[in-house]
Amino acid sequence: MKHSPDVIDHVQHPRNVGSLPVDGIDVGTGLVESPEHGVVTRLQIKVDSATGIINEARFKTFGCGFAIASSSIVTEWIKGQTLNKALAIKPADIEKALNLSASKRHCSVLAEDAVKAAIADYRKKRG
Amino acid sequence: MVKKPIYVDNHATTRTDPRVVDAMLPYFTEHFGNAASRTHDFGWQAADAVDTGRTQVADLVGARATEIVFTSGATEANNLAIQGITKKYSGEPHHVITVVTEHRAVLDPCEMVEQQGGCVTYLAVQPDGLVDVHELDRAVRPDTILITVMTVNNEIGVIQPIADIAKVARAHGVPLHTDAAQALGKTPVEVDQLGVDLLSMSAHKMYGPKGVGALYIKGGTRRTALDPLIYGGGHEQGLRSGTLNVAGIVGFGCAAGLCSNEFMAELDYVKRLRDRLWNGLNDRVSDIRLNGSMDRRVHHNLNVSFSGVDGEALLIGLDDIAASSGSACSSESHAPSHVVKALGVDDNLARASIRFGLSHDNTDAEIDYIVNKVADMVRHLRALSPLRKDDVSHEENDPVVTRWLGDR
Repeated sequence: MKHSPDVIDHVQHPRNVGSLPVDGIDVGTGLVESPEHGVVTRLQIKVDSATGIINEARFKTFGCGFAIASSSIVTEWIKGQTLNKALAIKPADIEKALNLSASKRHCSVLAEDAVKAAIADYRKKRG
Repeated sequence: MVKKPIYVDNHATTRTDPRVVDAMLPYFTEHFGNAASRTHDFGWQAADAVDTGRTQVADLVGARATEIVFTSGATEANNLAIQGITKKYSGEPHHVITVVTEHRAVLDPCEMVEQQGGCVTYLAVQPDGLVDVHELDRAVRPDTILITVMTVNNEIGVIQPIADIAKVARAHGVPLHTDAAQALGKTPVEVDQLGVDLLSMSAHKMYGPKGVGALYIKGGTRRTALDPLIYGGGHEQGLRSGTLNVAGIVGFGCAAGLCSNEFMAELDYVKRLRDRLWNGLNDRVSDIRLNGSMDRRVHHNLNVSFSGVDGEALLIGLDDIAASSGSACSSESHAPSHVVKALGVDDNLARASIRFGLSHDNTDAEIDYIVNKVADMVRHLRALSPLRKDDVSHEENDPVVTRWLGDR
């Protein structure tokens, strides 16, 4: 199957690449992996404590291009969203947006896991 | 200005030479006869064309025309060689020796041999990708009925010591088969010099058309005891029934002629391109691993791993360069290449492998474009990794990071 132009675009020009201070009280960090597929993603969010809205998102991914594209696209989606809205993103949404084949499902699942892990880390910090 | 996309995936398939296409065309429309029709000119012309093609293919490997059986390609030729021999031994103990780095078209028939009650030894390779001939010698058993080792590997391009293996095979009286699909037109292949009994060929890997290949059978069908896999008319001395692919055989023969007369003379040119690619990448990128021996390798191949970069991600980023990661057959699954892993490389570095398959059609300008583009994309993807030492200071004790960094 031909790669979707969106996948190529996200690999060549990934959005929101980078890091936020892990110790920041308003920062949540999710580090997730899929060793059998050779993928590690770190996704971070910075949350406005007054509004509960994610105002910054950063990611870094080692792994195949579909994993990079999946994590890149979710950072775009969660910016400006409430935590609950961000939690509502499903792997199927990513698969549809990037036209992923069934064999790449683990990439979209991992991106979802990264969002969940970052939010869980933020909520744990805030008690 | 370089024309894009640039094709450097010539182990997957090659561009059919336009002269090959020209030679084939009349056999679709004008001389469309069935080579098995013995009662009219249409059939005779087709049969003559098949005879010429058979001679051209035989000449390419130093065989006689009677020793060539046409097939649909190298996969079928491999199946015919392996299953054609082992079928004769069903019900009695039999043993086949092959190598872990073989193409699926050999490994899958060997698995079939096991399912049908036979026994198969899969020899490991040395870190340079080559078979240890002494180890092969030790693996031979009284019930060994076939040794099958590819001439040139389709992923890493290494040339196996077939002539040395043949000496071992002959000493034990065991027939030797070699899949030479990736060798023809790239390195000298001469059946008597190699000492093989069976040799598989594919037209589309040597600038001919897809859908046609051949099995060389030493001495013709009488000498080597093979059973057919396909029945229905007794074509090809009873070994491969089915109406002959006349146009395909004409194209195969024409490509064989071009290989002997022309492409083998361009090996130095291809080597210069490959060295330019390898040296250029080394100048621009750190932490590159060459997969497989450089000395014992066809000039058309470069297989490298860029540590910390996933090969598939790299290829997606290189959207105007047609190369491959792993073998084309398995890249959908994203399993690390079984060939690169067999060199003793860990899964991540195996997933980082890229195969460049060059041809005489490539140019210096194309190589320079590839070097620059690959270097930029490798740098880009390495910067994207969360596993870089400078990036994980905050997470030094994180078990995930520790494990992955320990892996590298």
